Amino acid sequence: MSTQTLSPAYVRSDMLPAAAPPHRQEGAISWLRDNLFSGWFNSLLTLLGLAIIWSLVSHFWPWFAHSVWNANSLAECRQIIAEKWGDGANGACFAVIRVRWHQYIFGFYPRAEYWRPILTMGLLFVAIAPVLFSVNASIRRWVLAGAGLLCMVLLAVTASPDWSVVLVWLLFAAALLLAEYAPGRLLIVTVFYPVLAVWLLWGGSPWYPFMLLMGFAVGYGVSALVPRGMSAATGIVVTVLWWVFRAAPVAGLVTQILPLSLPAIQSSVFGGFLLSVVIGVSAIALSLPLGILLALARQSNMFIIYSLAVVFIEFIRGVPLITLLFVALVLLKYFLPPGTNFDLILRVIIMVTLFAAAYMAEVIRGGLAALPRGQYEAADSLGLNYWQAQRLIILPQALKISIPGIVGTFIGVFKDTTLVGLINLYDPLKGISDVVRSEFAWKGIYWEPFIFTGTIFFVICFSMSRYSMYLERRLSREHR
Amino acid sequence: MTESAPAGPPAPPFRLSMLIYDRQYRSLTIQVVVFILLMLLVSWIVHNTVLNLARLGKDINFSFLFNRAGYDIPQQLIPYDSDDTHLRAAMVGLLNTLYVSLLGCIAATVLGVVAGVLRLSNNWLIARIMTVYVEIFRNIPLLLWILIIYAAFTEITPGPREYRGENAREMFLGLFAPTNRYTAIPSVIAEHSPGVLAIGRIEIPWLAIMGIVFFIAAIVLRRWVNARAQRIQNSTGRRPTTWWINLALFAVPPIAIWLIFGLHLEVPELAGFNFKGGINVDNSLVALWLALSLYTGAFIAEIVRAGILAISKGQTEAAYALGLSPGWTMNLVILPQALRVIIPPLISQYLNLIKNSSLAVAVGYMDLRGTLGGTTVNQTGREMEGILLMMAIYLSISLSVSAVMNIYNNRVKLKER
Repeated sequence: MSTQTLSPAYVRSDMLPAAAPPHRQEGAISWLRDNLFSGWFNSLLTLLGLAIIWSLVSHFWPWFAHSVWNANSLAECRQIIAEKWGDGANGACFAVIRVRWHQYIFGFYPRAEYWRPILTMGLLFVAIAPVLFSVNASIRRWVLAGAGLLCMVLLAVTASPDWSVVLVWLLFAAALLLAEYAPGRLLIVTVFYPVLAVWLLWGGSPWYPFMLLMGFAVGYGVSALVPRGMSAATGIVVTVLWWVFRAAPVAGLVTQILPLSLPAIQSSVFGGFLLSVVIGVSAIALSLPLGILLALARQSNMFIIYSLAVVFIEFIRGVPLITLLFVALVLLKYFLPPGTNFDLILRVIIMVTLFAAAYMAEVIRGGLAALPRGQYEAADSLGLNYWQAQRLIILPQALKISIPGIVGTFIGVFKDTTLVGLINLYDPLKGISDVVRSEFAWKGIYWEPFIFTGTIFFVICFSMSRYSMYLERRLSREHR
Repeated sequence: MTESAPAGPPAPPFRLSMLIYDRQYRSLTIQVVVFILLMLLVSWIVHNTVLNLARLGKDINFSFLFNRAGYDIPQQLIPYDSDDTHLRAAMVGLLNTLYVSLLGCIAATVLGVVAGVLRLSNNWLIARIMTVYVEIFRNIPLLLWILIIYAAFTEITPGPREYRGENAREMFLGLFAPTNRYTAIPSVIAEHSPGVLAIGRIEIPWLAIMGIVFFIAAIVLRRWVNARAQRIQNSTGRRPTTWWINLALFAVPPIAIWLIFGLHLEVPELAGFNFKGGINVDNSLVALWLALSLYTGAFIAEIVRAGILAISKGQTEAAYALGLSPGWTMNLVILPQALRVIIPPLISQYLNLIKNSSLAVAVGYMDLRGTLGGTTVNQTGREMEGILLMMAIYLSISLSVSAVMNIYNNRVKLKER
């Protein structure tokens, strides 16, 4: 070709630097123009928004800026504010939080035993970390380290005994090591966590709750021995029989051999966020399996099972939670054999669990309904039986679809734990605040406790919703 | 379909083990076992209840409903005083529940739609503000909001007397006066009032009845007008303009009533220690209503946002390509599809709001829980009857709302095979 022989006069051998974009398409001015003032309507909205922000800030900032953290009564707070900022100045009196924060967190739990709820909370993180963050090691590391740090801080400010600090150090060092090298082993903590938590919080002997947990192991063991077809039913029957007849005597026997005992704590001293978290976590943990069973029952083609599930779900969803709590408080004693009187907190946990399970069932039913029929048919054509199909094919997909709804229900349950304040328990919003206000020094204090408790609720619920978004992203199989 | 099924091998003879190993019989076995267990449980509970009631010397008897209640209810939609029966007190409570729920549903819908649309706005600032609103209200318990708003009304607002004198407070827009006990709002007064319809002790103003009748008539006529327009469009290809007829249907009767009966606003005025004229709305109602609306509005905003995002942009583009105007695009293409996504969760939010209104007890608004489930139960000691009746009423409200909404939902649902 002749063109090869012709050498061009000039060829640029290196790239030109990218030219700057046109003047009007970059910089703050253009961003403002695009996002805030793109038309007369948008400009109006922006000005309105600015006015709202300004009015909020101008009202609340002076109040925050004048806040007092060191005082022993509301009157003293007001005096300090008046001295410092002149008469008529408004200011927050966060001194009430400084003086009474332990009641908002622990209720009336004995001060010497504060290390127990703190350790329970630490263990909670150790127990859930391998479940919630099973894939991402770095998030798991950070969550565990953060929880450990939080425990340390709480132990320090509650002046807990030194050995409890050492215990928590060792616990979290072990947990972090395990999380790095054998995260699967952490699941042992998860399995035994319910027993540990009950033992730590209520004290007494750990063996009775332990034997209740053992019921599952016994039932499973027996069910493995009998032929297929009968195995599930036998397992359930054996478990129930163990709970009713053998758990208490065996626990008594083990207690004699190995007496491990903590000072017993009455349920009536539980309050504040300790109460909310105990009720919330138990109800959340129990309502998911119960909700799955209910959802499956509602999909079932066995008429009695189906109608039972429908009646239960519609009844629970049709009445307000507060009436159910009222039933737990007032009516349950009628439905049980005369003289039965079990713990109010346990009754409330049962009611909140049933309540949450009904909502959970509807959420999961939505997920089940969203699965294409082909998935069910595929499971059938592989020859899987009902439970295999559910466990291996249907539920993993249905639950993935329902994650936002499930976590939304969890958040709702946790928020609803505040309603126990209306049945004379010491929830952080109303119960504890009423107790604090009933003391003369803090009579008439409203906003500071509201802000304190509201912030804690916000942090917990917001983290839950962020976690659900993280989980959705992680499990997403589309748009890879 | 039976004839197409191939004639399989003859069914094997029944053996007892098939109750467990054969799928068909097993489901029967399971159901029978569950049914027996259920009956055992129910009879156990009934047995316990009978024993417990006998031990306490009580029975189950609803006649207490017809005894004198003997307590006052501050807010009442139907006349009531302490000489009335517990049944009437329960009715007052039920109406209070429905009243605050209705007001709450309306306000929450307006707020939720506005916030949901604005959250998708191009305006960066407004979208952020709405996100903050939604996240703050969704992640903090409703009880806290009720208590905060109630405290704001009782602690921050001035006493009625501060609206008088030299440096008096200004009324909001010159119409509303929030005070530490109630909020004074203007009322509508007719110069030539047509009087009231008295049913027993309940008095309903004729004006309200007329308003409702005209509104329903307008809805029916509007459907007829639109159906006629559709018929004409189908046969001739041209749609007659209907918007001015529809506008007139809804606008003319109120204006006519307004003019004929000489309606005007009566602005509350301070007379003595209290506001006279206008209506004094109890702060517990205002606080409960505001808290319920703001809280539920945040949830509805998320639902509306999800509904709008669920409609792909291609739908709008397709409608434009067909030559539909933006208004018709919204009416015929976007809204029918978005509503299908929005309606079911919206129903459950309404139901949540109705159930959440039972938190009224925290601020002393006497709703069903406050009257029947509260004072009545405490006074008569009939907790079993009172609570069960209250639950039954809540249940029937919920079930009927969801039934009505489900009918609507079925009408807008996508018809599939």
